[in-house]
Amino acid sequence: MMKPLLIQGGRIIDPSQGIDEVGSLLVTEGKISWLGKGEATPPQPDYDVLHAPGLIVCPGFVDLHCHLRQPGFEEKETIATGTRAAARGGFTTICCMPNTNPPLDNQTAVEYVKSKASSEGVVRVLPIGCISKGRKGEELAEMGELASAGVIAFSDDGEPALNSHIMRQALDYSRAFDLPIIDHCEDKALTEGRQMNEGIISTKLGLRGIPNAAEDIIVARDLALAQLTGGRLHIAHTTTEGSVDLIRRAKERGIKVTAEVTPHHLTLTEERVIGYNTNAKVNPPLRTERDIQALIQGLNDNTIDIIATDHAPHTEADKLCEFDLAPFGISGFETALGSLMSLVHDGQLTLVALITKLTYEPAKIIGNRYGGLGTLAIGASADVALFDPALEWVVDTKAFASKGKNTPLAGERLKGKVMATISQGKLVYKDESITVKER
Amino acid sequence: MSRKIIMTQDDIRRTLARIAHEIMERNKVIERLILVGMHTRGVPLAKRLAANIEDFARLKIPVGALDISFYRDDLSSLDLQPVVKGTDIPADIDGKSIVLVDDVLYTGRSIRAAMDALIDLGRPQLIQLAVLIDRGHRELPIRADYAGKNIPSSRHEEIQVKLKETDGIDEVAIISMPVAKEGQ
Amino acid sequence: MRTIQQKNDPTLQIKPEVAETTSIWQHRHILDLDDFTLEEIELVFHTTQAMKEVLSRPIKRVPALRGKTLITLFYEPSTRTRLSFELAAKNLGADAVNLSASVSSVAKGESLVDTLGTLQALGADIVVMRHPQSGAPYIVTKYIEASIVNAGDGWHAHPTQALLDLYTIHKHKGSLKGLKAVIIGDIMHSRVSRSNIWGLTTMGAEVTLCCPPTLLPAGLGGQHHHLPSVSIEPNIELALDGADVVMALRLQLERQQSGLLPSIREYIQLYQLTEARLARAKPDALVLHPGPVNEGIEISSAVVHGPQSVINEQVTNGVAVRMALLYILAGSQKQ
Repeated sequence: MMKPLLIQGGRIIDPSQGIDEVGSLLVTEGKISWLGKGEATPPQPDYDVLHAPGLIVCPGFVDLHCHLRQPGFEEKETIATGTRAAARGGFTTICCMPNTNPPLDNQTAVEYVKSKASSEGVVRVLPIGCISKGRKGEELAEMGELASAGVIAFSDDGEPALNSHIMRQALDYSRAFDLPIIDHCEDKALTEGRQMNEGIISTKLGLRGIPNAAEDIIVARDLALAQLTGGRLHIAHTTTEGSVDLIRRAKERGIKVTAEVTPHHLTLTEERVIGYNTNAKVNPPLRTERDIQALIQGLNDNTIDIIATDHAPHTEADKLCEFDLAPFGISGFETALGSLMSLVHDGQLTLVALITKLTYEPAKIIGNRYGGLGTLAIGASADVALFDPALEWVVDTKAFASKGKNTPLAGERLKGKVMATISQGKLVYKDESITVKER
Repeated sequence: MSRKIIMTQDDIRRTLARIAHEIMERNKVIERLILVGMHTRGVPLAKRLAANIEDFARLKIPVGALDISFYRDDLSSLDLQPVVKGTDIPADIDGKSIVLVDDVLYTGRSIRAAMDALIDLGRPQLIQLAVLIDRGHRELPIRADYAGKNIPSSRHEEIQVKLKETDGIDEVAIISMPVAKEGQ
Repeated sequence: MRTIQQKNDPTLQIKPEVAETTSIWQHRHILDLDDFTLEEIELVFHTTQAMKEVLSRPIKRVPALRGKTLITLFYEPSTRTRLSFELAAKNLGADAVNLSASVSSVAKGESLVDTLGTLQALGADIVVMRHPQSGAPYIVTKYIEASIVNAGDGWHAHPTQALLDLYTIHKHKGSLKGLKAVIIGDIMHSRVSRSNIWGLTTMGAEVTLCCPPTLLPAGLGGQHHHLPSVSIEPNIELALDGADVVMALRLQLERQQSGLLPSIREYIQLYQLTEARLARAKPDALVLHPGPVNEGIEISSAVVHGPQSVINEQVTNGVAVRMALLYILAGSQKQ
């Protein structure tokens, strides 16, 4: 039986309850058992103390989009390493995409992931099931079976659901389970063999470019199908000014759509590719400052509901080659908060808005089937993230828990760092400067 | 750091006149003579010598410019890029008497490179060397046939030659660099 | 009796007031022309003049790069450029070795990273490489100590070709400032055109790009125009008006297959550089082509062999320019 843990003296920000003040939080037997403001201490006498003055204490982050690579690509990441990386990033609930091998298009595969997560993982892993059998885009997967196996959404991510007929059926059929269809919006006829954002940089580097239109087209199509069917649509990793526009107008018309954006698409432009840096090669690609401004505006007016990492680890050997040959993907768990805090420090996003987009809003999309997530309400699972909003640190990929060292932020100085993470009551990550003492 | 002038404009003028005479004395067949100046300051010196000879012998001596950039042995150890000047010798050098002209003779390596360059251009009958200043410290078996002034110098000193054509003034100075003390 | 070539060419006069040494040159490798300053390009011109003098001698050789090893690594077949580099190296007294790169391994998608160990073990001082993937030489610079010269990578750059093109123009026109240069052809897939665009604009020329809109790369025209001294004119007659320099690019016949052109026939009708069209340029306009030339496609035979064509000079200048570049590079490899 673990002793209760008091997280003392931090600034507690919980958007789900509208709380933003200094206080303390008590974790007992895996749940939030008490919350006190200011100098208040809990009634029971016996607990350990984690001193958190100067830190932000908020619900553990909820990531609706990541790649854990297991089963099938264990050299890039496993559920064990991926969840530890997530913990270092402050994430306590992560939703893994089904582009594994074999893909998660049946109950057995889903149960494999869940069982690995429970025995070897350190944070909560919620699987996403395939839209189509084998992710081939030809026939619907058995969504009912997947739903009862516990998936929280359906996606063929990695690939767009290009067959409009299948996408329509998926949006329709999924209504029976009230689960969203997550689409990776990319018109592949426009992106064949292409490597980075299309523009003056791709011209200078002599690389084939991916135009904004390739995303906008499929976003528009999906919105039309969502309107037609009344199904729940979730747009994965939006990156363009055009997508934001389309989603905004769709919401105004009452279409059931939610959207996400990644930390890298909010903070990095196509210029990161200069020098043929394969660690900046990602799909959809890093775009322009103009797109970034539209995405931030979209976050602020709730056109874009959540931030999700799209954590996509690859081995170093994978990325050490000619640009054309390198796979797409950025390893994002461990730099997410640090890079996002630059928007807060710049005044483009408030701290509360950031936390909301990382906790309350993604939890809303997942719904209640796993209990109350993204909240510090009494009785909720004790999923807590503690971070220092002002601490400057240098990104050292050798210290990553993730096997994926592929980030364009390697060696960069970030301001804002996760200092401790509690997942279902257990302290699953702490920085060496954090101490837990007896009362 | 101290700077001392060791040759004035007049000194230079007289010295070049003397060297011109010596060249004419030792090269009886003046028609075979070609003066080849080494970039940069050897070139105007060669031109002045040719003018002196022309005054006395009433004969125009061809003057060429030699660039030894491609013959140096120290290309990779330089701090900066050498700028090539180009070689321009307006006559065939086969069978001719070449007098190489340079401002300062020091280790002798430049002269070694110059001889290699000349031999790639043809087969002169003989090559002589005329310098304004010989400052000693030879590292190769090279000697000047005609030397304006012998200035024994230490390695901490720099001989600075300035000529009107390149620097706007005629003078030769010796500059002492401060010597680093032991243990500093 | 041997004579040394008379120096009537004004570009071969030597200016004695030029400095002895310079800190102008900042490149350890030659990968692209987009970060060359005007002074660096002028240094290349200046050094090329000296190399042309060497090439005019009976013995076209100087020992400047004696003891250095140059390795050519060509993943795309090219006899002419490779020979040009090998000759340049040998004229400077360096040893030139060709490492047989497997063109088929690229087709199989194998990375050149596997070859890097061999290159390093061979102890090359300079590696000249050509590769079908844009950016390939940049990887090599990270893992080899040698200086890398890019002889063409994918669509990205061919800096030595552009430098010899610029030098050829300079020899005829002197300063390039204010010259109107027109580039006609498949700009999207042409690394030569990219390098020339950066080089020409750095030297102060005004560049006009003339091609079907489907062969114009992003960011150079239309609503997303990014470069001030580059303009777009898809009509060849209008583009050629008053041009000082006309550069025709090779059209690869595969472009029709990938849906970028309706037909080669239509391309010829709209974009072939003919005598009639060339007449709209200035009477002393130069015609350049990076080669190999598709006579009758992008350029008519009459123009190729006509009085304004400097295509053969480009090839001759190629050796001198490459000698200059190798010399400058060798001088920037510090102990």
